[in-house]
Amino acid sequence: MTIHHVTSSRFKEQSHAALADAVLQGNLTRMRGNFLPRRAKVRDGLPEFDDLRDAGIAIKKHTIAHLDLYLEAFEAAVAATGGTVHWAADAGEARAITLSICQELGARTVTKGKTMVGEEIGINPYLEAHGITPVETDLGEYIIQLADQPPSHIIAPAIHLNRAQVGQIFADHHPHLKGRVMEDVDEMLDDARGVLRQRFLDADVGITGANFLIAETGQTVIVTNEGNGDLTQLLPKAHIVLAGIEKVVPTLEDATTILRVLARSATGQEMSAYTTFSAGAARPGDPDGPGAFHVVLIDNGRSALLGGETEDILRCIRCGSCLNACPVYGKVGGHAYGSNYSGPMGAILTPALAGMAEAHHLPNASSLCGRCEEVCPMRIPIPKMLRHFREEEMKMGLAPAAARRGLKLWAKLASRPALWRRATSLVTSVLGAMGRRRGRFSALPLSGAWTATRDLPAPQGKSFQSQWARRS
Amino acid sequence: MSARETILARVRASRTRPDEAAAKRAVDERLAGHARHLLPARIALDHAGLVALFAEKAGAVDATLETIDDETDVPAAVARYLRGRNLPAEAAIAAHPDLDRLDWQASTMTVARRAPEGADRVGINRPLCAVAETGTLVFASGPQSPATMNFLPETHIVVLRASEIVGGYEDAWDRLRAAGRGQGPALPRTLNLVTGTSRTGDIEQILQLGVHGPKFMHILVVKD
Repeated sequence: MTIHHVTSSRFKEQSHAALADAVLQGNLTRMRGNFLPRRAKVRDGLPEFDDLRDAGIAIKKHTIAHLDLYLEAFEAAVAATGGTVHWAADAGEARAITLSICQELGARTVTKGKTMVGEEIGINPYLEAHGITPVETDLGEYIIQLADQPPSHIIAPAIHLNRAQVGQIFADHHPHLKGRVMEDVDEMLDDARGVLRQRFLDADVGITGANFLIAETGQTVIVTNEGNGDLTQLLPKAHIVLAGIEKVVPTLEDATTILRVLARSATGQEMSAYTTFSAGAARPGDPDGPGAFHVVLIDNGRSALLGGETEDILRCIRCGSCLNACPVYGKVGGHAYGSNYSGPMGAILTPALAGMAEAHHLPNASSLCGRCEEVCPMRIPIPKMLRHFREEEMKMGLAPAAARRGLKLWAKLASRPALWRRATSLVTSVLGAMGRRRGRFSALPLSGAWTATRDLPAPQGKSFQSQWARRS
Repeated sequence: MSARETILARVRASRTRPDEAAAKRAVDERLAGHARHLLPARIALDHAGLVALFAEKAGAVDATLETIDDETDVPAAVARYLRGRNLPAEAAIAAHPDLDRLDWQASTMTVARRAPEGADRVGINRPLCAVAETGTLVFASGPQSPATMNFLPETHIVVLRASEIVGGYEDAWDRLRAAGRGQGPALPRTLNLVTGTSRTGDIEQILQLGVHGPKFMHILVVKD
């Protein structure tokens, strides 16, 4: 169980770099202003939204409680439509299965719909190392593939770039432009459409992810807006679906209920443009469709979460609303997290799948403000799980020595009320007197880590406890 | 142990189910039962109301609509629409009996009865039904409805009967099952729920239409 190319141990350096990047800060500011208001608007247009969330949670909980049975039912249903299910215990197995399907078909190029589990297992570099060219076809994924960057958002992978940067990337990688940098977004779109249309027609195999696996029918479901995931799976000789084992739901009705909250939470649409249910290979007499259909069911650490403190993260439907709502993600962006799963869900999933040794910083990158849980369509208790990982970090001795000493000191003070009162009223009165004129400190001894990027407000005179004592 | 056995064993080890036989029964019943969950109140309408809701919702996702009194008028309406967009009177057309019996030549339309190819600019298709809730068209792939028709041509023309407009997605599933296409090899290889035109916000979150799929969608609603 691991996630491909995780650099979360460098979270501090990466987030400092992000905060110092003026272009990125501008791009993130635009992002923050867009997603949430749109979500709020469509949510208001559906009075049943919150009840549908609860219905969706009940579906996921029931499925997880019977996960083995639904996976077996799904496998049988896929076989009944003429498709094949493969099981991969870890990322390495998933990569090997995918490669061998491609090799059996003599594939040279593979088109890809956006798949986060594909990023997780590092399928692209693996195929490339074996002489097969993967081509990302989602516009955002295509842009970052050209730029050789990882996605910075689970549903908007190129959100960290602006049009000038995209224009430069196309100029650098599309030879027919002869170095010309386009400025018009429509022109960039037409250019990418033209390049990718040929790629679709030339591809030997198409790889997509899955938003749902339907146990009743054996269908895999993708939700997209561009139509790239459809051309990816319809035109080549074979369609390979990469999916985590937690994606299964029982019936079409169950998937439908969750779909009603998915697009609304993700992009603020009532329904994404294309919701596609794929089952097996093309039937005899069909005028189009792939000649073979393979589903790779990927565990890669998911089963280890069952029954534990973080089991609820398996309800995640990858809408990205927690990223959009998170004040930390909104300042540092996705790359700082050093994992293809960023933001609040990434701060759970990355340590859960890649291990605390690598990712123990991420659960600390939160003020526990709770906005993530508030907007999560599956009401995943993200702050509770972040606290769990912080406790783990302390137990495993991964927290920095200064933090451990500081907490020990704090615990000594906090468990002795008289000492606590004396100490806090001393500190508040001294700081209050020092900071009376400006109301805040831009520098203080021993507080450099805080005051380097923000001011510390000066206490307003007496401590809360002394004020309370005087009041009663 | 195979990966399959390993994964299933790990999952089972974490599940505490007091009565395994009862759990299996519950799963089988759920899979066969097709129980519906909460439905939005907005679809509690009579059929005329659903037709109006479908038009409103499809319009909101950049589709254009035209209501036709009689199906024999469809070719003329298509020709008129293409003229209005300054496009040649040519299209790839699904090999569907409802479209076969129309007189396309009389409206000077040249139609190629096949799956679309890269150069086709216009595609005409017939859906299984349409969902009023969000203005969504439901296409079930097969010899009479190529799935690529919904994606390759830049202009997507859809011939829909008013009686095919249903309230929610659940009604569409019922229609699929009633047609005997709900399971196994009878299931369509591809079931496309299409809500408006192809779109992206991947560059600066600016909405752009027609990334890989159609830029234009025109729906002819035939009264019946």
